[in-house]
Amino acid sequence: MMAAPRKIDPPAPGLNPAQQKARRQRNVAIGLAIAALCMLFYLVTLAKMGASFFARSM
Amino acid sequence: MSDVSYSLDHAALGGAPRDYVQLLKPRVMSLVVFTALAGLVAAPGAVHPVLGFAAILAIAVGAGASGALNMWYDSDIDAVMTRTRARPIPSGRIAPREALAFGLVLSAFAVLTLGYAANWMAAGLLAFTIFFYAVVYTIWLKRSTPQNIVIGGAAGALPPMIGYAAVTGTVTLDSVLLFLVIFVWTPPHFWALALFKQGDYERAGVPMMPVVKGQDRTRLEILLYTLLLAPVGMSPALFGSEGVAYGVVSAIGGVVMLALAWGVWRRREGRAADIAAKKLFGFSILYLFALFATILVAHGAQRLTGG
Repeated sequence: MMAAPRKIDPPAPGLNPAQQKARRQRNVAIGLAIAALCMLFYLVTLAKMGASFFARSM
Repeated sequence: MSDVSYSLDHAALGGAPRDYVQLLKPRVMSLVVFTALAGLVAAPGAVHPVLGFAAILAIAVGAGASGALNMWYDSDIDAVMTRTRARPIPSGRIAPREALAFGLVLSAFAVLTLGYAANWMAAGLLAFTIFFYAVVYTIWLKRSTPQNIVIGGAAGALPPMIGYAAVTGTVTLDSVLLFLVIFVWTPPHFWALALFKQGDYERAGVPMMPVVKGQDRTRLEILLYTLLLAPVGMSPALFGSEGVAYGVVSAIGGVVMLALAWGVWRRREGRAADIAAKKLFGFSILYLFALFATILVAHGAQRLTGG
């Protein structure tokens, strides 16, 4: 017997539309925060390497 | 379909992003950014703008994280105080354990980021600040002694020292003086608030000075601390780390603070007493803002002109 296909991110039982909206907003906020953190660490790393990053001998 | 029998109340599911922002105490955060930035520009030595920005951001997030930990632990008393009952936990928008997790995760990220972007002395000071505010002040002192805000004030006084350490990697007399200014400023500032919000603290069972020792004793302590604050506020100029502009601003501010504290000491009855306390509370914010704005402008101008 074939199993029913799994739904991706099915609506959680008992979540009303306002709660679903809050969850979606939280997910977006977490995504943006992680992207910002990656960018920050990238820029900090470049700044710490400074000019020496470009001035190396082959 | 699984058998879902637990109740899915709103708090258990977490609030909207703006509720989490509220957990960070944005207004306190903005004061922390301001004083930490003043410490950073006042420090001798150059700092790369990107690293300076990352350091200030980390300090701000660390301060916000300690705010979230404070709201996690204090949600019971926040619920009975008019000033705090609309906060995300007492109003049921965020579950306490979510605030705890949020605060702990942000604390770790803030300390590690500061350590990487600046140095581990600054990161250590930030970790100590978060620990001091969340554990020493919130969990231990706040509910046990009327000296709560005197000792707890150290947490609010550390940001300029962290900003300074982010540049130099050290703690020096100059940065200790900046710490002392906020440390001595804290008691008259909060006791002025406690004088006209005494009912709130009584209901919540928080042993603030007016609740435990009475209003007269509080007025006396406000006056004594302000007498100490006026010279301590001027000390960065007296010890030569700040210039004439700071000396003038701190001298005038100190005199006004003393005059208002004297008003609080003299007017003890009815509306006049309330107004005197509110005036001192309001001016104390302006006073601290003026001192650190002067530092920021003086050193900021110096850095921009390369002087």
